[in-house]
Amino acid sequence: MQTLHNIPIHLYLILSSVLFAIGVFGVLLRRNAIIIFMCIELMLNAVNLLLVAFAAFLGDTQGQVFVFFIMAVAAAEVAVGLALLTMIYRNTGSVDIETLNKLKN
Amino acid sequence: MTLLITLIPLLPLIGFIVLGLYGKKLSKGTVSFIACGSVLVSFLISVLAFIQIQKSDSHSLTIRLFDWISSGKLHVPFSFLVDPLSAIFLLIITGVGFLIHVYSVGYMHEDEGFARFFTYLNLFVFFMLLLVLGSNYLILFVGWEGVGLCSYLLIGFWFKNTAFNNAARKAFIMNRIGDLGFLLGIILIFITFGSTSYSEVFAQAKFFNPGRPVLTLITLFLFVGAMGKSAQIPLYTWLPDAMAGPTPVSALIHAATMVTAGIYMIARSNILYTMAPVSMEVVAVVGVLTSLFAASIGLFQNDIKKILAYSTVSQLGLMFLALGVGAFSTGVFHVMTHAFFKALLFLGAGSVIHAMSGEQDIRKMGGLKKFLPLTYITFLSGTLAISGIFPFAGFFSKDEILAKTFEHNTLLWILGSIASAMTAFYMFRLFYLTFFTDFRGSKEQEHHLHESPKSMTFPLIVLAVLSLIGGFVGVPKVFGMSHWLNGFLAPVFRDSEMKNLPEFSSQGTEVTLILLALSIAIGMIYFANQWYVKMGKRPMEEGDEMVPVQKLIYNKYYVDEFYELAITKPLNWLSDKFYRFLELRFVNVLVDAVGEGVDWGSRTLRLLQTGSIEFYLLIMVLSIALILFVW
Repeated sequence: MQTLHNIPIHLYLILSSVLFAIGVFGVLLRRNAIIIFMCIELMLNAVNLLLVAFAAFLGDTQGQVFVFFIMAVAAAEVAVGLALLTMIYRNTGSVDIETLNKLKN
Repeated sequence: MTLLITLIPLLPLIGFIVLGLYGKKLSKGTVSFIACGSVLVSFLISVLAFIQIQKSDSHSLTIRLFDWISSGKLHVPFSFLVDPLSAIFLLIITGVGFLIHVYSVGYMHEDEGFARFFTYLNLFVFFMLLLVLGSNYLILFVGWEGVGLCSYLLIGFWFKNTAFNNAARKAFIMNRIGDLGFLLGIILIFITFGSTSYSEVFAQAKFFNPGRPVLTLITLFLFVGAMGKSAQIPLYTWLPDAMAGPTPVSALIHAATMVTAGIYMIARSNILYTMAPVSMEVVAVVGVLTSLFAASIGLFQNDIKKILAYSTVSQLGLMFLALGVGAFSTGVFHVMTHAFFKALLFLGAGSVIHAMSGEQDIRKMGGLKKFLPLTYITFLSGTLAISGIFPFAGFFSKDEILAKTFEHNTLLWILGSIASAMTAFYMFRLFYLTFFTDFRGSKEQEHHLHESPKSMTFPLIVLAVLSLIGGFVGVPKVFGMSHWLNGFLAPVFRDSEMKNLPEFSSQGTEVTLILLALSIAIGMIYFANQWYVKMGKRPMEEGDEMVPVQKLIYNKYYVDEFYELAITKPLNWLSDKFYRFLELRFVNVLVDAVGEGVDWGSRTLRLLQTGSIEFYLLIMVLSIALILFVW
């Protein structure tokens, strides 16, 4: 515990920014829907990390409460999202988002 | 009492809602029960209210229901006012209204729109009650518009007939013209007095200098409204056409109640008019001219309902004459007696039309006395009443109007007397041609002749009795009895009476006037009897040669044609020009340009939607980044 407190706050900031950026670029650059999905989770967790870090830094538990909420929502989201992905795969035989342009025309 | 008085207009409204929603599913018996019952209960409550008003010392009762409009300086509570004037009107509307509802059960029995008819009729009664119960000009206006709407719906009740629809539209549009005047009057009242409530307006108006221009303007605007609703020159032409509606409608709306709304409004605003002598003169002159004009048209009409319609216009003119000479309570008195005998005459005419299988032309009737004995007797009572024969109701009210006019101005009196002499003549012309000599219709019609069912004769009998005795509420002082109605209405007109000239009334003059009017009326009846019964004269047929004057009157002075030429045609021409130039060249182009612009814009923007999710995501991320950084 003590060691965690000794790490200065800016390192947490850098780490979560890097994680978030990886998430964003992953979403933008990859075409596999599952990977995009994972990248979104990554972004969420980057934010979680930031919240926990600040909560500890400021000695305020509110940030930790937020994190619990985000995790609960994310779990729900994963359940729905993966179900959707399964259905997409069954219908199109692929998880490439390029195939999801059926509504055009 | 508060709750009970609220129920007076509420019951017909409930009747309207129930019949309007479920009328088609209910049996005819249930429909009649709801329609007649709601009005009957309203009538009974009105009687209670009437007794209450008579007993109470303040002679008025204000019931505040809720705040209706509250905006800036304008505060309009939704409240009812029961005072002698509205109590009399309540009794007329619900009493005569109930009788006509009962009559309609018999008259409309075979009609497929039975439930719809009673729906409209109940709605009408509601709006009419609202009109007389309101304690400010705005509620009066709501009722005013509402009865106009019901009038429109009921004139065009048989909507499959184009001519009937046109008549309905004509009535609505002509009333609209009057309503504009009325609305301007109300706005001006608000600007001048800062309120639309009767009590506040009249309390302030009392202290104005008589003849102040703004008061003259207000009263003239209000009178324009009354002209439309009560069919006075120049806005009277809709009323004869309104006869397209079913006969009970003509009796209720276009004779007994709605058309007297104008009288009610002016009698209600009596203090404003008293303060504007010029407007009073205008009202009197328009009234007497209308009376004369309509009576002369009545002389040559052949449609039984049209004759009655012109006679209604003429009688309304007499009422305005009474108001114009400052005899407000006499005007209200005539409204009451007129409601009795004119409703009776219309219902009698309906009974005749019913028996004649829809025939309305008196040239094809005749000799109906022996086929329709009850209708004959009751119709006679109504005809005597409208002709002003002692002791029928019309005698008292009409002679009072003429006596009051005589005090005011001899010329107006002469014109009014001529009008009522003509009334006696054409009413007996109608009466003799319908009930005397031989039947002139087809064999088939003769075979069908029958007395009307009980539900139709019962109201006739009640109204005939009222036409006989109704005048005794206002027996002139000459007869040694007190004028009950004047005393009852006195609180409403107290302020005006004080400003008016003291009553002159030499008893000798009054007796002379009464005897003169009576002998003229009897002379006219004798003349009609000689002409149409003894000599057996018949009205002109369509193709017959006519003397120019007769032709002019027969064609109703070509007023409709004149309006067509002077107003409708130029308006149509102007609309056509506007359509061709403004609409096609300007408005259309502009509207099309907007439409085409949007179409082009959408086509172009549509290309952004590539269907590639990656592209959308990129746009999303960039946009979020942009928003965050620009903030």
